[in-house]
Amino acid sequence: MSADANNPVLDRSWSDPPGLIGWLSAINHKTISIRFMLTTMGFFAAGGVLAMIIRLQLARPENKLVGPDFYNQLFTMHGTTMMFLFAVPVMQAVATYLVPLMIGSRGIAFPRMNAFAYWIFLFGGLMLYIAFILDIGPDAGWFAYPPLAGPEYSPGKRMDFWAQLITYTELSGLLEAVILITTIFKMRTPGMTLNRMPLFVWTMLVTSFMVMFAMPSVMLASTALITDRLVGTHFYNPAEGGDVLLWQHLFWFFGHPEVYLIFIPPLGFMSSIIATFARRPIYGYPVMVLAVIATAFLAFSLWVHHMFATNVPELGKSFFTAASAMIAIPTAAQIFCWIATLWAGRLNFRTPMLFALSFFFILTIGGLTGIMLASVSLDLQVHDTFFVVAHLHYVLIGGAVFPLFGAFYYWFPKFTGRLMSERLGKWNFWLMFVGFNVAFFPMHIAGLRGMPRRVYTYPAEMGWNLLNLVSSIGAAILAVGILLFVINVLVSRRRGEVAGADPWGAGTLEWATASPPAPGNFAQPVVVASRFPLWSPGGVAGVVRGLADDRREVLVTSVLDAVPNHRAMMPESSIWPFVSAVAVTVLFVGSIFTPWAVVWGAVLATPPLIVWFWPKRKATQMNLEREVKP
Amino acid sequence: MTVRALASLLLLAASSALAAVPAQNALEPHGVQALAIHDLWRLTLLVCTLVFAAVLAAFLYAIWRAPRSKERTAPDVAVLDQPEPKLRRPVVIGVAVSAVLLVVLIVADFVTERRLAHLPLKDAVRIEVTGHLWWWGVRYLDDEPSRMFSTANEIHVPAGKPVILKLNSADVIHSFWAPSLHGKKDLIPGRTALLHFRTDKPGVYRGQCAEFCGFEHALMAFTVVADPPEQYEAWAARQRQPAPAPVTDLQKQGLAVFMRSTCAMCHAIAGTEAGARLGPDLTHLASRSMIASGTLPNTRQYLAAWILDPQRFKKGANMPPTPLSAQDLNALMAYLETLK
Repeated sequence: MSADANNPVLDRSWSDPPGLIGWLSAINHKTISIRFMLTTMGFFAAGGVLAMIIRLQLARPENKLVGPDFYNQLFTMHGTTMMFLFAVPVMQAVATYLVPLMIGSRGIAFPRMNAFAYWIFLFGGLMLYIAFILDIGPDAGWFAYPPLAGPEYSPGKRMDFWAQLITYTELSGLLEAVILITTIFKMRTPGMTLNRMPLFVWTMLVTSFMVMFAMPSVMLASTALITDRLVGTHFYNPAEGGDVLLWQHLFWFFGHPEVYLIFIPPLGFMSSIIATFARRPIYGYPVMVLAVIATAFLAFSLWVHHMFATNVPELGKSFFTAASAMIAIPTAAQIFCWIATLWAGRLNFRTPMLFALSFFFILTIGGLTGIMLASVSLDLQVHDTFFVVAHLHYVLIGGAVFPLFGAFYYWFPKFTGRLMSERLGKWNFWLMFVGFNVAFFPMHIAGLRGMPRRVYTYPAEMGWNLLNLVSSIGAAILAVGILLFVINVLVSRRRGEVAGADPWGAGTLEWATASPPAPGNFAQPVVVASRFPLWSPGGVAGVVRGLADDRREVLVTSVLDAVPNHRAMMPESSIWPFVSAVAVTVLFVGSIFTPWAVVWGAVLATPPLIVWFWPKRKATQMNLEREVKP
Repeated sequence: MTVRALASLLLLAASSALAAVPAQNALEPHGVQALAIHDLWRLTLLVCTLVFAAVLAAFLYAIWRAPRSKERTAPDVAVLDQPEPKLRRPVVIGVAVSAVLLVVLIVADFVTERRLAHLPLKDAVRIEVTGHLWWWGVRYLDDEPSRMFSTANEIHVPAGKPVILKLNSADVIHSFWAPSLHGKKDLIPGRTALLHFRTDKPGVYRGQCAEFCGFEHALMAFTVVADPPEQYEAWAARQRQPAPAPVTDLQKQGLAVFMRSTCAMCHAIAGTEAGARLGPDLTHLASRSMIASGTLPNTRQYLAAWILDPQRFKKGANMPPTPLSAQDLNALMAYLETLK
């Protein structure tokens, strides 16, 4: 680990400026990522509080705690928050921290755009919650089917805030996808061929490509909804030749891949954690990579299984049944490869490992109920019932949240320099695991026994009382578990055991940096010759020399084999991404109220973008000099 | 999976105690299609439970047998450069078995779908169901227009005969779901969907809207009453009759109240001048067991309270409060009770 030498010149050149202006100008990928993670976890907590109110309301039949108006806002906000403000962005947030470190880069591609993506995301989320607090929270469900979400049946501004939030998160998500793809393809350290990339980096590469294909679909859908509502177009109005099913096709063409945007990055968490705590590489690296790619392709061919109850043609449905069931095969292949890894490994049951291992229990149930939902006939019974609520939470909490919490326990020492408490961690895990299953398993049965989702109340004699009470108790246990996580983070950040560079004895490059890493990550970027450079006998293969330390210089390498191509200058910190994000927010929020905001908002948003890209004499000078004298 | 088995046993016990409630339960099938789906459910549940048990057993055995390690245990990197044939075989077999089981389930699903679609439809009763915010409009179709009639929220069908539902929506998307009879079908504005079902067992089956449709989605229930065929014919014959003319003075006064207050703006009573179609048809209101789409039992007290202030029971319902004097209300109730 000779790469980890102190280098004050490098630290200075990659540091963001001090002070409030400096804080708003920060573009270092680790700084932005930490803010991004904290923001998404803040939204996770908010969404969790909403869920607790939902469970309180449903704990008893004919409960009068909240009325239909507030309840409909509650579950719409809960779903929207968890899908758009937590699950997808949190993966991108973690990735913007880890990917550059894992591929041995000093920085991330397009760092100013990264800062802009963060600010846009933050402002979008704040807009939604301010609207909610002012009682203009959306109330037509997180997939907002027209005509219910359209101008006639959702008058007022509630659904406009929802549709505009989609614009925000898409913008942020697409930018992050561009950033991650570029970083992964062009900034890997020499020697890190595609074939040696950590599996987490592979999952983020695949996820980012999926974002680029899936997001435009929902962008189209939500823009059509906005124009239906704002300027009286008729995309979804059957009376004027529009079609309400158009929305469902466009939305689920995004919405189903979205599940995999949430689920694929955690597969990378799993592979990182299992490799480290089984003390061996994951068995079947090519299978793992191909399985993720296959999942990504199949994910785009099964959106209609959300629409089996509509009158789409029967034969077409059978095709989607087959495609939906087939997506289980790559997932099964990965599960078997992990079990093989555990079989042949030597295991260390630290908290991150416990969270990762719970996947085998929870996600397997979620996957199997997914196969049930893929069947047209069974889906006709359980679609839009609590069975689906149970299924999607088993998949998303078991497949994403548990591995994500494992990932936080695993990389927390890298983020902060201190380990999280193991004792609190074990309590945290077991409370979450038990609470989760107690909360969500009974929902399968409630759904089969006829309980539809999204009902704010139910009659006492339906036979659902006990099931719902048990679910609510489980939810409370789950909430206590998550609270312990927050306590553990707060306590460990100050008083946790000091970690050192590589507390787990892991093998990938992020552990070659200090904990937390210096602003420039690697004093000397390393050359790698293996998938686990830190596990190679004799350490890393070599170091890269010749990169300037007194400026933000990075090495750009080739896509396939990571052969050095040239050196590139990364931009200086700048406040203009922040100012641009504010200006774009004025445009977006303004256009909820008047279409003219698109016009004057664009005029307002243009100058900051021009200043953002305005070339500086000093930087141009420096670039010219560098061409002559490397 | 013992947990699942235990839970369903417990619930079975709980459900038998509440047998008086109309069934709204996919696990208590009484329709031909619901039975077919239930067969598929049992097969799928069995396969999935076995797969889950197998995966969990492999996983638990793997972590039980693997030796333990610490952070400083030397990693086993030699395997990066050499194949691991011992691990390869079980993984390949596992994936292959999964694929075969999936094909089995897909074929079973396909067969079930054909069973659902191939219900013989000779002499079927045709009923048009229209979803409204938040109630169900029901119209019995017939080749002879004079034999058609309308009702709401309570659908009578002859046991043993096929039923064709023609599903439409007047506003947003709803979904018709009576799980003991069949799976659900969406009612989509601008499109017509068909749903066929048959039950051979007379009884009352409950259902409710399954697609979120706004404010009172939770209170949009209906019942399907499967009568023995002769009983059904008698019921239908009664429903085809217009409402009886009021006899007593009080009843006559009640009809007058109906016509001059807001009632007649939205509701129809065949045989009177009230012909509006915005709310449920009331021609045979007194023959129905529930009011407000399964929200309240159809008793004099509830009906009166509902008419005075529907928002007390169903916030957001499109029916406005109707302030009536005690005398007028009494007369109206006397009249409505004649609508058998």
